[in-house]
Amino acid sequence: MLTRKIGAGLFVLAAVLLLALPADAEGPNLGQPISQADLAPWDLTVMPDGIGLPPGGGTAAQGKILFADSCALCHGDDGKGGIVEAVVVNNPPPLSGPGSVKSIGNFWPVATTLFDFIRRAMPFTQPRSLTDDQVYALTAYLLYMNKVIGETDRMDATTLPQVKMPNRENFFPEFPKLMPQRP
Amino acid sequence: MKMTDKHSTSDVVAGNGLLHRRALLGRGLAFAGAMGTGAGFSTDAAAEPLTEPDWSLVPGDAMPPYQVASPFEKSVVRLIDNPSGQPVISHARTPHHLLNGIITPNGLHFNVNHGGVPVIDPSQHKLLIHGMVKRPLVFTVEALLRYPMVSRINFLECGGNSASLFSNEAVSATVQQIHGFVSCSDWAGVPLAVLLEEAGVEPKATWFIAEGADAPHLTRSVPLSKAFDDAIVALYQNGERLMPGNGYPMRLFLPGWEGNINTKYLRRIKVTDGPALTYHEAHTYTDPLPDGKSFQFYFVQEVKSFITSPSPGVGPKAAGYVEISGVAYSGTGRITKVMVSADGGASWSEAALQEPALPKAFTRFRMPWHWNGGPAVLQSRAWDEAGNMQPTRAEFIALRGQTKSPAKWPEFPSHHYNAVASWAIDAKGEVRNAYA
Repeated sequence: MLTRKIGAGLFVLAAVLLLALPADAEGPNLGQPISQADLAPWDLTVMPDGIGLPPGGGTAAQGKILFADSCALCHGDDGKGGIVEAVVVNNPPPLSGPGSVKSIGNFWPVATTLFDFIRRAMPFTQPRSLTDDQVYALTAYLLYMNKVIGETDRMDATTLPQVKMPNRENFFPEFPKLMPQRP
Repeated sequence: MKMTDKHSTSDVVAGNGLLHRRALLGRGLAFAGAMGTGAGFSTDAAAEPLTEPDWSLVPGDAMPPYQVASPFEKSVVRLIDNPSGQPVISHARTPHHLLNGIITPNGLHFNVNHGGVPVIDPSQHKLLIHGMVKRPLVFTVEALLRYPMVSRINFLECGGNSASLFSNEAVSATVQQIHGFVSCSDWAGVPLAVLLEEAGVEPKATWFIAEGADAPHLTRSVPLSKAFDDAIVALYQNGERLMPGNGYPMRLFLPGWEGNINTKYLRRIKVTDGPALTYHEAHTYTDPLPDGKSFQFYFVQEVKSFITSPSPGVGPKAAGYVEISGVAYSGTGRITKVMVSADGGASWSEAALQEPALPKAFTRFRMPWHWNGGPAVLQSRAWDEAGNMQPTRAEFIALRGQTKSPAKWPEFPSHHYNAVASWAIDAKGEVRNAYA
């Protein structure tokens, strides 16, 4: 009997404690809110449809000069390869299993990856030092040198997502069941 | 099979001297006497008379606040390919041939860093969660340390581990060189789902993009379902805070999934309705197949095993009893069985699995072997609880292909190799990588 009274008392106590908790009690809620404007400097993600691309633009001619100054030290003259792999490959052999040359022209599925990667990671020793116009220009230069776009094609937030990469249809997920379905 | 020792025929369970795993229990078998005909020292020679060694005659050293391995173990180190920090990718490989058990010591955990190891002040580091959420939030390290945590023992494997075995001819390389991009630790941290729920994920969201605070701002896309399955923001590794090369002060940890996607130095998670096709997922870790098409989003590190000893440099010293030992693991669950062969796959016997056999973790396997001093080819093959079987190399390359000309270590002809690996042992006890 005594045990039952204690049990009932604990139940009441627990109920009171539950009521005292805030409504969204699933976690400690220690995150600090931040505005879209204040987080924007960190939002480097560029999506294949172009979401995330900034204003500005550039051409291969502008990119050629930048490449010689900022990129050729590692990637070689005209991107033909240096202490790291080539970023410009003329007449790449067809993809064929292990050991394939995975060039921008013969392999990369979307062109937006170029802008995203150069802006966040390059030059290797000075990432985030390029302006958005410079990143567009280098993107245009590499797409042109790999024979994906024309020499005078300007790359910007509208044109870059429209670039049709030659190999875009040749990818499929290794684990289809893990791929989200669009709602 | 030639029986030249005291083992009864019932002790030998498969070709070329594999013994029943009960031999590991130290009963039922006698190992006395010189066995076999190969090179080696005689165990009949009497031991030297015993005396007090110097270290037993004086008190030892003072204790350091943070102890490190014995100076006699100074060769137990990672294999480093960029010691001077050149502006290229850096790799450090785990010395599996010198380790045992299932936990990789923190100082020996493998690292792949695409832009050096950043020195991050935890008081300045922040984690931003934004995108398709109701409330974008910023978390400090101090705040995350106040959250309820979970810890799990999980392996972590680079998608490039064992890539040398894509070569059409067997490369000359050690277990550390070939298989050194996998390690296993106790990872503790905050469930990512808790943080996402606080931010309020919008119903139409299906992916999230993770990004690091290192110089490459390395970034990967992850299906949102993984966040609500078992993803954590890891803060601790084997009880202490993350090693700098492993993502200090925090990393994304996705149990069983390719190393690179477990974003180190995690500073940002953007919830989205699609993948970003970032450089490392669209290019580096996407694998061309022989027909010219490519596997993309190769998330799971599939069932796999390899023998850590004997292996190149740590071959059997003498004919007779040898323990074959290795690790097995699977990104889809627990290891349920490991079979071992000493005759290149002609016959197999089931290895003993060391408890605990945890999901998505190393399971240590052991197989007693009587080496007769002759040529042998050792192999291991693992099964997991999801019913997956480690493929033979022939099965694997039939789908994935191999190089057309020999690759050189440490080239990466492709990624995500999980087929059976072989060690060939010669009459001197020297071990080399081989195909069988």
